[in-house]
Amino acid sequence: MQETLTNTTESPLDPIISVKSLWKIFGSNQEEIVNSDDGETDKTEVLQDYGDVVALNDVSFDVYPGETFVVMGLSGSGKSTLVRCLLRLIEPSSGEININDDDILLYDADRLREFRRNEMAMVFQHFGLLPHRNVIDNAAYGLEIKGVDKDERYEIAQEMLNKVGLEGWEEARTSELSGGMQQRVGLARALTVDPTILLMDEPFSGLDPLIRRQMREELADLQAELQKTIVFITHDLDEAVTIGDRIAIMRDGRITQLGTPEDIITNPIDDFVKEFTRDISQTRVLSVQSIASDLEQVFENNTGVSEIIQAMEDTGKEFAFIVDDDSKLLGFIDKEAIEGAADDVSLKDMDLSVIEPIHESTVIEDVVQLTLDNPYPIPIVDDENILTGLATHDAILQAFAENALQQQTN
Amino acid sequence: MASENPHKSDYNSVPRIRVNKWVVYGAIAVVALIVSFVLRRVDLALLLDFPLDVEYPVKTSMNNGLDWLVINGAWFFDGISYQIKVWLGRLKDFLIWLPWPVFSAVIILLAWRIGGKKIVLLAAVALLYIGVMDLWESAMITVAIMIVSVSLSILFGIPIGILGSRSNRFDRILRPILDGMQTMPSFVYLVPGIMFFGLGNVSAVIATVLYSIPPCIRLTNLGIRQVDYQVIEAGTAFGSNRMQLLTKIQIPLAIPTIMAGVNQTVMMALAMSTIAAMVGAGGLGQDVLLSMGQLDQGGAFLAGMGIVLMAIVIDRITQGYIEASQSSSSTTNQE
Repeated sequence: MQETLTNTTESPLDPIISVKSLWKIFGSNQEEIVNSDDGETDKTEVLQDYGDVVALNDVSFDVYPGETFVVMGLSGSGKSTLVRCLLRLIEPSSGEININDDDILLYDADRLREFRRNEMAMVFQHFGLLPHRNVIDNAAYGLEIKGVDKDERYEIAQEMLNKVGLEGWEEARTSELSGGMQQRVGLARALTVDPTILLMDEPFSGLDPLIRRQMREELADLQAELQKTIVFITHDLDEAVTIGDRIAIMRDGRITQLGTPEDIITNPIDDFVKEFTRDISQTRVLSVQSIASDLEQVFENNTGVSEIIQAMEDTGKEFAFIVDDDSKLLGFIDKEAIEGAADDVSLKDMDLSVIEPIHESTVIEDVVQLTLDNPYPIPIVDDENILTGLATHDAILQAFAENALQQQTN
Repeated sequence: MASENPHKSDYNSVPRIRVNKWVVYGAIAVVALIVSFVLRRVDLALLLDFPLDVEYPVKTSMNNGLDWLVINGAWFFDGISYQIKVWLGRLKDFLIWLPWPVFSAVIILLAWRIGGKKIVLLAAVALLYIGVMDLWESAMITVAIMIVSVSLSILFGIPIGILGSRSNRFDRILRPILDGMQTMPSFVYLVPGIMFFGLGNVSAVIATVLYSIPPCIRLTNLGIRQVDYQVIEAGTAFGSNRMQLLTKIQIPLAIPTIMAGVNQTVMMALAMSTIAAMVGAGGLGQDVLLSMGQLDQGGAFLAGMGIVLMAIVIDRITQGYIEASQSSSSTTNQE
């Protein structure tokens, strides 16, 4: 199981964002508090002793190119402050924010403006649209202030509006749109400037649940196409688990746990995190590999037909998976098909049924439908198409049953 | 948890009696009355009259200062005076030259475009009244004075308001000055007007500008400061510089509030241009003043009604414009 934690997320690449020991204190004793920090600075104590509010308490993390990094916390946990610090909309008290190995806290006003215009774009919880402009002028705003001429910026804005599904709404006033559509405009506006990093501050919190889910799915599709680095803020662990490659959980200005969704659900670091994870089904984060049963009824394609029939009769299992001598999955055959074949036909010449394998990193919940549609176990393969295990009906049922039990006892 | 607050125990150790604050205020009033009574009885001059009177030197130095400014600043004030006189004269002549049907048609068209049927009716009634009561020429003079003064108020008021919104320090300086300007009795503005610009329409324009500029400054300032912070933040996040924020976000979103200021400026300008008849400004105000002087109450009333009708029509048209600009840039985000 440990292996699955590292797939896709721990890129071998250098981090694109590297935040080091970032502090933000609202109040007049910032330096004193940071300097006297012994690693155990407590928000309530500081408030009592200094009257200052610690919004970010020694926060450090890395974000890798192309990943969706979710910061999750309740209101007051400092998550919104954190994302604003990344754009210096709020000026941190101390620390480093390295973006592409450049500490943006050292930028002067001009450099910072260039950085904001080109490197990062933000989507806001309350949309932050310009109510006096129509949709396309909102979407084109980032390009407009960069001085891109009208035809070009409209062309790009139009393309992005089409991507987020707002074709035909270009001339509408933003106040005429529903919340979901307004946020699409917000998203289009951010994408128009083609940023390397997309910051999303609770972008879907203001929307009703159905729209929220739909927007999440669309974001996932867009992300698959655009491959941006996304820093996503949410107060909803369910959302975090759905879209995050890695999740940082914040509380009282600190990151209390940082890991993959699977990490966080299966090993919550403290009661606080555990409390959140209670309502999240483990089947949503655990990969099928964790429940894969041993290989059975698997034969190399040079095995004799009669041997396979014999094996089917012995075990009572009327199916067989056929692999080549590198263990790569070739196909599937059931009893009826193999009995119909003539004895002298080699397995190599037979037409094998195609059975769609699942990748070992797929989460359990996503294979339920597939399992239900199929009377036989589903083969699990790795990146090389090598058969590594089988997802049986029993194992999947077991996973759900265990999860239900666990939630009851929590 | 943190150690206990050290001040807490000290604070609690002093026994405190809670007294109703009104009892305290009452006691102070009673004591003050008793002391006053005793002082009147004792009749000591030192305690009854102020020991020091500086009215005379202050007043004199102010008068001298003004005199100096009038003499030495003549080139400056005469220059302004000349410009205003020329432009006001041209505008006045033009408006009087315009045949009444043309002027009426323009006003009614404006009322119809901005306000709708009701205001068209109102404008028609007002124009008819001004025509049949033989107030047309006076009304045109008043309109000319208004147009010049309001243009000057807006020309200076909006930029000053913008500066006030951008700098808290400037705002702190501005605020008491505006407070003073708005509390000052309106005819006080006429006096320096006469001294610097002589009797006539120019003094009237200057006094009107001074009197009517505060709401324009204040509401421009307020409008820009009130722009939704989230929109400003979004603008900043995309890399807008201060000028871009101002021209692309703050001013467009402040337009309804700025227009409310302009509306107030217009109304105050109308009030002041009437009072300015006292320094020789022509127009409807002069009709009222002259009629009063001749004990012609009827004539004064008719001219006064003309002013009222003009005020209502101008107010409705500008209000209509504000409403139109509000609905086009409403900041409400629907869910």
